[in-house]
Amino acid sequence: MKLLEYQAKRQFDRVGIEVPSGRLARTPEQAAAAARELGRVAIKAQVPIGGRGKAGGIAVVDTPEEAHREAVRILAMEIRGYPVRSVWCETGLEIAHELYLGITLDRDRRRLALILSAAGGMEIEEVAATSPERIAKLWPDPFAGPRPFEVRELAFAALAHAPALTEARGRLASALVPLAQTLYRLAVELDAVTCEINPLALTADGRLVAADGKLEVDENAEYRHPELATELALDLEGEDGRTGEDPYEAEAKRRGLTYVHLPGGSIGCIGNGAGLVMNTLDLIQQVGGRPNNFLDIGGGANAEKVRTSLAMILTDPDVRGVFINIFGGITRGDEVARGIVQARDELGITVPLVVRMTGTNEVEGRRILAEAGIVPGTSAPEAARKIVELVGGAG
Amino acid sequence: MAILIDVSTRVLVQGITGREGGFHTQQMQAYGTQVVAGVVPGRGGGETLGVPIFDTVAEAVARTGADTAFTIVPPAFAADAVMEAAAAGLPLGICVTEGIPVLDMVRATAFIAGTPMRLIGPNCPGVMTPGQAKIGFIPNHVGRPGRVGVVARSGTLTYEVIQGLSESGYGETTAVGIGGDPVLGSTFVDILPLFADDPATEAVVLVGEIGGSDEERAAEWIRSSGFDRPVIAFISGRTAPPGKRMGHAGAIISGSTGSAQGKIDALTAAGAAVADTIEEVVRLVGERLAP
Repeated sequence: MKLLEYQAKRQFDRVGIEVPSGRLARTPEQAAAAARELGRVAIKAQVPIGGRGKAGGIAVVDTPEEAHREAVRILAMEIRGYPVRSVWCETGLEIAHELYLGITLDRDRRRLALILSAAGGMEIEEVAATSPERIAKLWPDPFAGPRPFEVRELAFAALAHAPALTEARGRLASALVPLAQTLYRLAVELDAVTCEINPLALTADGRLVAADGKLEVDENAEYRHPELATELALDLEGEDGRTGEDPYEAEAKRRGLTYVHLPGGSIGCIGNGAGLVMNTLDLIQQVGGRPNNFLDIGGGANAEKVRTSLAMILTDPDVRGVFINIFGGITRGDEVARGIVQARDELGITVPLVVRMTGTNEVEGRRILAEAGIVPGTSAPEAARKIVELVGGAG
Repeated sequence: MAILIDVSTRVLVQGITGREGGFHTQQMQAYGTQVVAGVVPGRGGGETLGVPIFDTVAEAVARTGADTAFTIVPPAFAADAVMEAAAAGLPLGICVTEGIPVLDMVRATAFIAGTPMRLIGPNCPGVMTPGQAKIGFIPNHVGRPGRVGVVARSGTLTYEVIQGLSESGYGETTAVGIGGDPVLGSTFVDILPLFADDPATEAVVLVGEIGGSDEERAAEWIRSSGFDRPVIAFISGRTAPPGKRMGHAGAIISGSTGSAQGKIDALTAAGAAVADTIEEVVRLVGERLAP
């Protein structure tokens, strides 16, 4: 779950990380009021995707009238598919230098990495690719968090590549200690897998201010932060309920399904286990077919889940056949078979269904399918060829 | 020979009274796995499936001599259960739970680093040593004692490979499903050296998928360790679009890391044979095994 800029900044502000003064506006009138109160402000589109500046989603205005006009324009925009529902109006900063301070999950080290660079304002991946020596990293003890000396070491390593900051390095390192510790605590509190301040502005008068913020919460931990999800939904959906997400994926999420839409494909795909479904898509493409989706019913799915899954897939009229690939472990073949038969009868499914079923309770599962007139196969490549044939090749 | 588990392994099940915990305990018992204890806080003193239940792992270990934890509890409690098993001194933990918050696993893996435990999972199908024992979800009928080690991120593809190897007569020494989460107790580079030390393992099948760099690190290990047995690899998600999380929390191509092609190239360069389909995996194993 990616939070919007203003949500991230409110979190920063709450824990004592300085951010520019700002107001959220959902209407041009609110934007004008913000400009009246704050003076010169930047009007920034709130969308959960990058590149809004290039798309024209940010404007700097001097008067309430200008603020109104620009807010009308920006609130009517759609940026890379995301309708703009709100703008963040914030005061400018006199920036002397832009730094980067971020926290991200490092899979290989099994820890959060704290990353600091004096080359702020750019994509950190780009800096890492072109001048890795300008990035300093620390992997704090997950229980203790970053210790002051560790942050100081990190700071001196990062600042060594910024001659302009040589003189200020001692003061900066001291200021970065509480900032990094606070940011780390925030990341842990919110179950963030990304928590980034970029740029971290060093102002002309020597303060460190979070000029932009990115916060992404671990999907597995969303249940611990229901208030964030509620707030985000309000910001993304607006009155028409359009989120900018693929509408099929949004619907699947509402139905509690692990689904990825591949628009334009003709073959619906269901399987149990992410690896198996990924492999199912690979197999279909290898024999000239085009999968319409990825849908993993997961481990231990019951008949109802299978029914819901089939119904979901068939909401896209492009789907002209469905391939169900089951290798039962924790998932039981008989449960899946009952779900398929129920779904076919209740939903009146007429497109071809090809079922490949093996694993736990496969004999019972195959019997249920056969009695209902669905002939199950046991080889995945064979089943893939069959569904592609039935649907009529590439489409 | 085998790695991790064999006929002497004594298993305690955390979550034995749950719907899935009960079902899979029965499956494990049917396979011949010695299930010696269940742990359910507050239900100590009871019994289920012929197995005594204890309130704590420490008590279960003291009373039954269990040496391996099978953790099948809901995601919100799983990391704590794993740490409890590690703190009790168990040398092996296998956690199948899917959906554990990743920072819970960051803390749990840091905690168990100071204990004797080797953790497999989470979000994994478990481990099977055919003919001896299995812990986890791998269907009982697919395994057959034999010559090939299997290590895989995906559960269902683990079953596919085992079934293919069994039906072709090569069989498996041990099959290990390491799991599909971003933070895992064991990755390929933790399991491959165990196969290297097992003289019965004549070849290894490695099943990877998009996301992260575990496969690249495995390739580096194969190269630098001078591993002397054939490695046959398979990578799923070759047609997955970048930026889309394909089910597993860990299966996502982001930026320049995690693509299937990068992994295939790294493994090929390290001397592994990379197959296009599971059928081809089995064929390549056959070509590389000594007659």
